[in-house]
Amino acid sequence: MERIKLTIDGAPVEVDPGSTVLDAARKAGVHVPTLCFHPELRLEGSCRLCVVEIEGMQSLAASCVYPASSGMRVRTNSEVVRKTRKSIVELLLANHPQDCLVCPRHGTCELQEVSHQLGVRKVRFKNDARALAQDQSSVAVVRDPNKCILCGRCIRICEQVQKVSAIGLAGRGSKAVVTTPFGHGLAEGPCVACGQCIKVCPVAALKEADATEQTWRALSDPTLHTVVQVAPAVRAALGEEFGMRPGALVTEKLVTSLRKLGFNQVFDTQFGADLTIVEEGHELLRRLNESKHLPLITSCSPGWVKYAEHFCPEMLEHLSTCKSPQQMLGALVKTYYAEKIGVMPSNIFHVAIMPCTAKKFEASRPEMGRDGVRDVDAVLTTRELAAMLKEAGIDFANLPDSEFDLPLGMSSGAGGIFGVTGGVTEAVLRSVTELKTGKELEEIEFQGVRGFAGVREAVIALNGMTLKVAIVNSLGQAEKLLKKVKQGEAEYHFIEIMGCPSGCIGGGGQPFSKDPEIKHKRAAALYRQDHMKRVRKSHENPAIRELYRTFIGDPNGEKAHALLHTHYHARPRY
Amino acid sequence: MTESKCVGCTGSYTRDEKWDQLDEVMAKHKALEGALIMILHRAQLIFGYLPEDVQRYVAKSLNIPLADVYGVTTFYSSFSLTPRGKHRIAVCMGTACYVRGAGDLLTAFEKALGVKVGQTTTDGLFTLEASRCIGACGLAPVLTVGEDVYGNIMSAERVPDILRKYRAEKQQSEKVGLC
Amino acid sequence: MQYIRSHVLICAGTGCTSSGCKSVEQAMRAEIERLGLTKEVKIVQTGCFGFCKIGPIVMIYPEGSFYCYVKPEDAADLAQQHLLKGRLVERLLYRDVQNPKPTAFFTDIGFYKKQYRVALANCGAIDAENIEEYIGVDGYQALARVVSSMTPAEVIHTVKASGLRGRGGGGFSTGLKWEFAAKALGAVKYVVCNADEGDPGAFMDRSILEGDPHSVIEAMAIAGYAIGARQGYVYVRAEYPIAVHRLSIAIEQARKLGILGQGVFGSTFGFDISIRLGAGAFVCGEETALLASIEGKRGMPKPRPPYPAIKGLWDKPTLINNVETFANIPQIILRGPEWFASMGTENSKGTKVFALAGNINNTGLVEVPMGTTLREIVYDIGGGIPDNRAFKACQTGGPSGGCLPAALLDTPVDYDSLTAVGSMMGSGGLIVMDENTCMVDVARFFLEFTQDESCGKCVPCREGTKRMLEILEDITKGHGTAADIDLLEELSVTIKGASLCGLGQTAPNPVLASLRFFRDEFNAHIQDKKCPAGVCQELLTFSIIPEKCKGCTLCKKVCPVNAIAGAVKTVHTIDTAKCIKCGACIPKCPFKAIVR
Repeated sequence: MERIKLTIDGAPVEVDPGSTVLDAARKAGVHVPTLCFHPELRLEGSCRLCVVEIEGMQSLAASCVYPASSGMRVRTNSEVVRKTRKSIVELLLANHPQDCLVCPRHGTCELQEVSHQLGVRKVRFKNDARALAQDQSSVAVVRDPNKCILCGRCIRICEQVQKVSAIGLAGRGSKAVVTTPFGHGLAEGPCVACGQCIKVCPVAALKEADATEQTWRALSDPTLHTVVQVAPAVRAALGEEFGMRPGALVTEKLVTSLRKLGFNQVFDTQFGADLTIVEEGHELLRRLNESKHLPLITSCSPGWVKYAEHFCPEMLEHLSTCKSPQQMLGALVKTYYAEKIGVMPSNIFHVAIMPCTAKKFEASRPEMGRDGVRDVDAVLTTRELAAMLKEAGIDFANLPDSEFDLPLGMSSGAGGIFGVTGGVTEAVLRSVTELKTGKELEEIEFQGVRGFAGVREAVIALNGMTLKVAIVNSLGQAEKLLKKVKQGEAEYHFIEIMGCPSGCIGGGGQPFSKDPEIKHKRAAALYRQDHMKRVRKSHENPAIRELYRTFIGDPNGEKAHALLHTHYHARPRY
Repeated sequence: MTESKCVGCTGSYTRDEKWDQLDEVMAKHKALEGALIMILHRAQLIFGYLPEDVQRYVAKSLNIPLADVYGVTTFYSSFSLTPRGKHRIAVCMGTACYVRGAGDLLTAFEKALGVKVGQTTTDGLFTLEASRCIGACGLAPVLTVGEDVYGNIMSAERVPDILRKYRAEKQQSEKVGLC
Repeated sequence: MQYIRSHVLICAGTGCTSSGCKSVEQAMRAEIERLGLTKEVKIVQTGCFGFCKIGPIVMIYPEGSFYCYVKPEDAADLAQQHLLKGRLVERLLYRDVQNPKPTAFFTDIGFYKKQYRVALANCGAIDAENIEEYIGVDGYQALARVVSSMTPAEVIHTVKASGLRGRGGGGFSTGLKWEFAAKALGAVKYVVCNADEGDPGAFMDRSILEGDPHSVIEAMAIAGYAIGARQGYVYVRAEYPIAVHRLSIAIEQARKLGILGQGVFGSTFGFDISIRLGAGAFVCGEETALLASIEGKRGMPKPRPPYPAIKGLWDKPTLINNVETFANIPQIILRGPEWFASMGTENSKGTKVFALAGNINNTGLVEVPMGTTLREIVYDIGGGIPDNRAFKACQTGGPSGGCLPAALLDTPVDYDSLTAVGSMMGSGGLIVMDENTCMVDVARFFLEFTQDESCGKCVPCREGTKRMLEILEDITKGHGTAADIDLLEELSVTIKGASLCGLGQTAPNPVLASLRFFRDEFNAHIQDKKCPAGVCQELLTFSIIPEKCKGCTLCKKVCPVNAIAGAVKTVHTIDTAKCIKCGACIPKCPFKAIVR
């Protein structure tokens, strides 16, 4: 098809068919402000901030939804356009609390940004910011309706990308609100706690449930032994919060920073991931042998697990019984490690730093602990950790390097790629093929399972049989694939499901980013880490071997089941 | 006791019969594309309003998110999420009625009933509403009480008369133990 | 075959139903039976005659005698005098406000004289619940002709050539719309009839559906044939129970005769229609919101393009026309596009139905050729303002239009002329306001309406109309400042220019038009803190004219806050500090001594 030629503020620009006027403006180097627009979401055209003047049109056009066409002459900065945009922001501000200085999104708030950018200097209307109660029912996600500007991004990601629809629009006109049905708490509905809504919220209407206060208290309690674990995706993103380039791998500075905060031991969730691979690999081999409960579906994404419990309880027996890396490591910290250092598990405070908000929910599940002691006492998102480091005055970018504590800080490269979609599958394949064939792999990088397509499939020859795997990222894609599986249109032995688009690197607890390439950059960091590791297969991690020899015994054995496996239960969707 | 049962009751059947009726509606319309609003209309006829459990049931039967159902029931002003009075008084607030004094008429009803627009009297007898133009502009100002239409109500003095009629009906039915 | 000597037409539209036509009909039947006339006199329940104010209306043919304000107890007279003895029942005949002489025939009534009925042709003339009667007035002939001897392209050409423009408000060329939908690619297409008549003060669509539902069904089938659709939907307000009922009956009857369903008139073309009910949201009159509502969703508009003709109901190409537009189609096919185009003005062809209401003598539905002036409608047809009060404004275009002053009464009603003076054709509500109407309050009333009916999707409409209303409320309460006018105008530019759909894009019109034509009233509210029309409560001061007061104490007794003082037979006074401006005293004073 022919390319579209138009002019933006007099400058000619060429775009592909199907482009919008906003695309063309951006191509022409014009920054058109937006609020409801989000590159990964269905177009809405509701905030009208991106209006432009198109020659020959009576009213202004919302550039984010208006198709570009050849010969179009667009003005993005005329008097009427500038005044209209300002007036729109003024209208939004008139409804908005004026507490920017103490707002958690101060500095990352998009409303603040456009207001500043457009030079809004006064609000001539009565302020009717509401004073509604925050919804704090969920252990993971908090809703502050007073801050909401009704851009609908949260609703769209929840409905369109995640197929959950825990929240929606209710009411009409100026009484319209984003809310849960009947205003019941998020915890009462099918919210899976993935936190994707937080990630797309331009303001502070959605935020994670705070765990920093609890962590600060533990850190300053001399009777507690504090242990922290860090998920792989955190090290690929935390640097962004400190002005480092996106995709910087900051593992060693991260370890130093955690020690500076006062943690007694710094462990690596990647160790837990290696352990998960060994357990899950054996579980897969066993199910393949018994031809039972296939496909095996991964269970390390707590958003996906909760989704399965609400939306497809009939599939629960397909879920791997393995706990997630966070919870495996958690169980070991409160048993193996506690025994080893001779400290009562109740005197150990275990913090997990995660790219994820659903991990907060996972840690709170009643089955994740024993004798009244939680395996993980607090879960901080990447953003919360960044906030703590800033509060502590730690100059992150200039920290010296240091290493994780042993043995629970030792990990393979396979454990690291867990943080990106396809990573679990690749790690499983590295181990399972060797366990099954007994031969060392020649090529350990399974390029075929990498990438960001919503659903990816691969067929692997495995000692005479062909192993069919599928990899899914986002719950909407999971729904589609599982429908096919249930209807017998697709058959797999193994399915990896990550609740968030692009996997943990795109988790609901990650730093806010406007970089369109962000997922590629963060993923590249984790693959780089894998490449640099001496050990790149989970079952070859010496600390894992040592653990089985001295503590757990056989993979999938009795002790493994007691500590490293779990069960699921159906939850209502309605 | 009879009084509290009256609220939102549109007929003489019991709760279970209402659910059976809803099932019939669901069975009939379920397969229809975009049936939600039609189903809600009928559910409201059966239950008098749209209680939470009815909305939940409809969502589940149609296999659509509850948020979608709640979004619809709160968007359209025909749907009520709270029980309504036995008689719905709707004063037309169309332009023709307004310029002929519908606003004063509404105020008169508010005073006479002791409720604001949108509220139901404590005895569950009346719900006062301001309706959109009902297209009976020739009779402006117009109001409806249930199915009954009153046109050319040029003076607020007629308000007590109108109310008296329905109050009398209520006393009548209480005497014979109906409803 | 039975010979019917007389037809008694009883209007059963919503207006006359409210006035009690049902009991009139029962009484007539009983009386006719009693007199043994059942074989020679037929009673027909028809749709709206248009003149709702004087209902219930009864017409007796073949004479064409027109009786109004008929009560059940009049049945005996009508039957015995008129039907039996052939004498007019003079006391039930129509009397003009100006001319107290009774008018025997409806064609002589001023209200009907200047009208020319196309869309309303069958309303009030046939029994809407009987398909035979529709067929008897050439009904379904247009459809038969179309499916048997015209190609879709010829149908579209005919509609285009007629110059018909959308009667729902936008005024887009109907023929072009059909052409777009016909050209759109897709095996499945839909025809949708917009019967979500929402403009306050407009009820022509309701009357057509009540009085002539088959004309709409026929037109929809013709449209289906023209664009290649097999399914139609009528989206109708749930608040119109009679219309829904008659339409359902009509669809059922059409199906039985093979006019709807597989193989229309035995051709290979199949078409069927379902009814979908609205649920009380004005915004659903907007095309994309209406489609969302048919899909069972919140009625929130979507950005256009893509237009419904390309991507409409369930993403399929969809043609949407409103009821009145459709009602013109069969006659355009039968009588030819030239006939239709011969009526009206250069750019607005045909006739337009207006709902005439407000402070006017003859309220009701009127249909006039495009280009008729407002003055002709208000004075010649509408009979002027009651009680000889002064005309102040007439409002067209509902919440999207504006109030036009007396100076513009000679404006011809057509799409372009009304837009040029800052109002709109809209769906055809025409509300007359007299000197007792406050134009600031009316502007506030419309903003209250749009603000309440805004769907809440886009910021300019959701937040902007709320702020405009807030400012207007301040002004009517005496808290307005000079800067408020500027702010209103500035907000209007934002809302008109940046709103997503037509509701927002036209929401400021009532305010802008009033600012243009009645600015002195705004100034009176803002600067002098006075409401010249005496409507805005907070700005009123009640006082007693000493010369008129006789000291009868009636006002003193009715005052709920004891703000009136004065002994018997002495001049009373009102303590304005105490007065709550309830107005209770005014009607009590027999001497009209209390003014505000």
